[in-house]
Amino acid sequence: MRSLIDILSLSLDEIDELIAVAEDIIANPVKYRDKCRYKKLATLFFEPSTRTRLSFEAAMYELGGQVLGFSEANSSSAAKGESVADTARTVSCYADIIAMRHPKEGAPLVASMASSVPIINAGDGGHNHPTQTLTDLLTIKREKGRLDNMTVGFCGDLKFGRTVHSLIEALSRYTGIEFVLISPEELTLPGYLKKGILSHDGMKYTETTNLEEVMPKLDILYMTRVQRERFFNEEDYLRLKDSYILTPEKLQNAKPDLAILHPLPRVNEIHTSVDSDPRACYFRQVLNGKFIRMALILKLLEVE
Amino acid sequence: MHIDSIKNGVVIDHIKAGKSMEIYYHLELDKLDCTVAIIKNVHSKKMGSKDIIKIDSDMQVDLDVLGYIDSDITVNIIKDGVLCEKKKLTLPEQIKDVIKCKNPRCITTTEQDLPHVFKLTDPATKTYRCIYCEAKAK
Ligand SMILES: [Zn+2]
Repeated sequence: MRSLIDILSLSLDEIDELIAVAEDIIANPVKYRDKCRYKKLATLFFEPSTRTRLSFEAAMYELGGQVLGFSEANSSSAAKGESVADTARTVSCYADIIAMRHPKEGAPLVASMASSVPIINAGDGGHNHPTQTLTDLLTIKREKGRLDNMTVGFCGDLKFGRTVHSLIEALSRYTGIEFVLISPEELTLPGYLKKGILSHDGMKYTETTNLEEVMPKLDILYMTRVQRERFFNEEDYLRLKDSYILTPEKLQNAKPDLAILHPLPRVNEIHTSVDSDPRACYFRQVLNGKFIRMALILKLLEVE
Repeated sequence: MHIDSIKNGVVIDHIKAGKSMEIYYHLELDKLDCTVAIIKNVHSKKMGSKDIIKIDSDMQVDLDVLGYIDSDITVNIIKDGVLCEKKKLTLPEQIKDVIKCKNPRCITTTEQDLPHVFKLTDPATKTYRCIYCEAKAK
């Protein structure tokens, strides 16, 4: 029995396999619609995240399975002070697999140590969110046909953006990846990631504050939100916020086969007029999230 | 100054000067009934000055704790008044309930019964990280 707590615990072969299964599900959905018949997924969401929860639930229903669970802590036993370990032990008597979201870092690992069924980390605070990273990888693979040899730009809040950190870690394991880090000086990528990952032999990266300047070289543009509360003062925020909003004008010099990703929800960092551009992938990305979760559930349940 | 030599027990030597009290509490020597001598600022050719702890009991010393605090420490086991074993210390792969995770967002802050476990992630820099939240040990 295996759980998925951290994206780096999956080997590149395992990620390839998950992506291959997801692509097969997309091509042959009928083949998979009864694969998890009589199986149950429990979604234990100790903090609300409607998108992630619905994605897991839709994935299980599309495999012919059933879903039970709760969507916030105050409707659960946690509100009565039950430990994560006890909750996991109890729920593993009812369900065949558990997707858990928790505000505290490491809670899904604690659950996996106590549970008798696989645990999927559906986000633990600002720490890990491996199914988001798998979603991003599947999207890049489907849009570009490969996961190596490309220039990937990350734009916006690179300091606190957990999805950015995980995707950089995951992509750095492939060959020929060049990173372009686009952010205000206040929100650059943390030093430990630059030292720990980007300083390795053969890794290429550049840092800039100017999105338009680097746009022509990008194969992937991963957008994130620049939040007001990340700035010390209002003036800096107002001065900088527009530089990191994607508009059709900023895309003028972009490659014709650029792929624009965003983990969603978006607020205003991608102008809605970009949505109709064929290079905008973020809604296809949502759909990919369901398919990769289907592939992951099959793998962890060892369903052939 | 004269301190009785021990017949059966443990001598923890080559402790960095000033570190002996930290070790005293980590090894829970305060809970022992036997004689424990803490000798501070002993002149040492190799180290300038050092601390020594002598324990008059053939207790099992937690070598992982000592290895984590300072792997240059030496542990001598004394039997019948003679040195019978010198233990070599290494950096432990994992330490449990020696240090606490200080990350306020870590699950250990809300679940008090969880053991505080740290894993050695980089031997070159002696970096330990919390197994739950991966925060660096400080
Ligand atoms: Zn921790």
